[in-house]
Amino acid sequence: MGRELVTGNYAAGYTLALAGEANRSGRGCGAGAYPITPQTEIVEYLRGFEFTKGAVVPVESEHSAMGVCIGAALAGARSFTASSSNGLAYMTENVFAAGYYRLPIVMIAVNRTLGPPWNIWVDQGDSLALRDAAWLQFYTESHQELVDTILLAFRVGEDPRVLLPVMVAEDGFVTSHTQMIVDLPEQELVDRYLPPCRVPHQLTHARPTTVGGLTWPKETTHHRHEIQEAMERVPEVLAEAINEFEQVFGRRPHGALSAEYTDDAQTVLIACNTMTRTLRRVVEERRARGEKIGLIMQKMFRPFPRQELLRAVTQAQRVGVLDRNYSPGSGGIMWTEIAATLQHRPDILVQDYLVGLGGGDVTPQDISAIVDELQSRQTAGDPVWKEVAA
Amino acid sequence: MSTAMAPVSKTHCDNVLRPGNTNCAGCGMSLGLHWLDEALSEERPFMVIPACCGIVTAGAFPTTAYGVPTAASTFASSPAVATGISQILRMNGEENPVICWAGDGGTYDIGIATLSAAAERNEDMIYVCYDNEIYGNTGGQRSSATPEGVRTSTSPRGKVEQKKDMMGIMAAHRIPYAATLSLAHRDDFLRKVRIARETKGFRFLLMLSPCPTGWKSEPAEGIDLIRTAVGCGLFPLYEVYEGLRYRINARPDGTPLESYISRQKRYTAAKVDPQLIRNFISEQWRYLDAMARAFPAD
Repeated sequence: MGRELVTGNYAAGYTLALAGEANRSGRGCGAGAYPITPQTEIVEYLRGFEFTKGAVVPVESEHSAMGVCIGAALAGARSFTASSSNGLAYMTENVFAAGYYRLPIVMIAVNRTLGPPWNIWVDQGDSLALRDAAWLQFYTESHQELVDTILLAFRVGEDPRVLLPVMVAEDGFVTSHTQMIVDLPEQELVDRYLPPCRVPHQLTHARPTTVGGLTWPKETTHHRHEIQEAMERVPEVLAEAINEFEQVFGRRPHGALSAEYTDDAQTVLIACNTMTRTLRRVVEERRARGEKIGLIMQKMFRPFPRQELLRAVTQAQRVGVLDRNYSPGSGGIMWTEIAATLQHRPDILVQDYLVGLGGGDVTPQDISAIVDELQSRQTAGDPVWKEVAA
Repeated sequence: MSTAMAPVSKTHCDNVLRPGNTNCAGCGMSLGLHWLDEALSEERPFMVIPACCGIVTAGAFPTTAYGVPTAASTFASSPAVATGISQILRMNGEENPVICWAGDGGTYDIGIATLSAAAERNEDMIYVCYDNEIYGNTGGQRSSATPEGVRTSTSPRGKVEQKKDMMGIMAAHRIPYAATLSLAHRDDFLRKVRIARETKGFRFLLMLSPCPTGWKSEPAEGIDLIRTAVGCGLFPLYEVYEGLRYRINARPDGTPLESYISRQKRYTAAKVDPQLIRNFISEQWRYLDAMARAFPAD
């Protein structure tokens, strides 16, 4: 394909299809397909793709879309789907099931505000609500990052040291429906990068087991702890997957996070998805004026990259978190995780900013005002709401 | 790992249902699973069982009472999970039957959208509903399969609504094969499972399953209760091919309705008016006879 001007959804659909096709030498691929704005073009692409050995099933709900993925993966196939917002909420029971079954399914979550009231624009609260479902979670700031992270997702999720499903998030409309020039990989390279998917607990008559039956508390605790151990192996497996990615595709995707200008930064701001690009512009303008300011693009949210985060804030005195999501009664979801990690650094002031909820624009001026507010603070306070009428 | 089906020399451990399981005494599901196994003969199925007594049957990890590969799905998902399994098996040239084994709660209520969608897509699977007319696993609550009048823990004054016509709903999907199964009619049961086994596409089997715990009946009388339900006309034995060709397998033989309801406290405690049930039976047969006359299978 080479370099093409495509939408985020096209890029995601294209990459999923190539990953599925790459398993034609294995047990093929299976997907459940159900539309929801702003994800629909992804499942349309998948339904239109002619797989050598694959089935994309047009189901009646997101709940069943994930059900089909679970069945396909239990039968040993590579499996994937996509959803958004209330679709993810409707799918939730089977999202947890996929995680607890340890099935390496990949799902694109096109971030959209949960309703009601109905709102189709971006907000990461939909996928963040699924943070406890035993899935890896990646957030992507550009079309290229989306494509590359989908390939990493299959590679890491299917690795026998991990064997967990992976969610790759992109911003609704801002990424899904805008076009950028993207290096779209060739099938041949994807075939090289993704070996045939192997699900060790695949259903088979050679060893008839009951997958997902009853366990007692001790076995259940053991099961959860095994998932934690798998999560802890992710940084190592991800690092290998990135190195190999660079060898195959000739470019290097970001890892768990991208720390930029943080070596000497006294003020660090953290964001995810496309808001990071606006933040980067503000940070670069301020650095040009001599400010010791840096940014962190939070790409991996599960497992939460505590060590990487701590390494990136060595010199920081103030950390501001830009949360485009909101947990009622608490605050930004990224903030609570970051603040918990920074308990090891009680000298850092950690402040939360709720911005762009419901898809509101977040301009460089907005972020600059937040930086001013953060730098004027002597103590951290409750999350600060942007754009709430007095 | 090799996934091709190895030639099987069956032992009791390869049975769909192995000896030793947690089913209540007199549970109709146990016999149903044995007959399913017998009818499938050497063909070894993949089972998908949603939340229901049927998955509790397996027992606790790491043991299982199921001698064939079994997926425990979420409550509403068995036909979706079975779709994924069936599609992948078929594209790998593996023809083993994929069987959903679900209760009435998973079939008539929470799973009906998933079931309807899999039937509409004509997925290659056999769906068996063991209908005990109650949420048995949670201790006996009403479902839309519970007959009118019957007392359950969530219809303490007797159920107000009629039982849903699941066979009619499935026939309306024009699926290749739908049939009712009686645990008191072994030859008919085995014949129908074999027809289902030899048919491609979506097949639906509805088995009335005695539940002594929920029906408040004697465990030893379960099979006779089913024979009585067929004999008095309350549970008709019939088949529907392609949703449009009907065959009635057994007509009411004059068995008195009272011999069915008098032995179940779910009826007697609620003082269900027998006339209510007789009306239901006669409407049911008027409909079935009309369909069998208009659209005969033979």
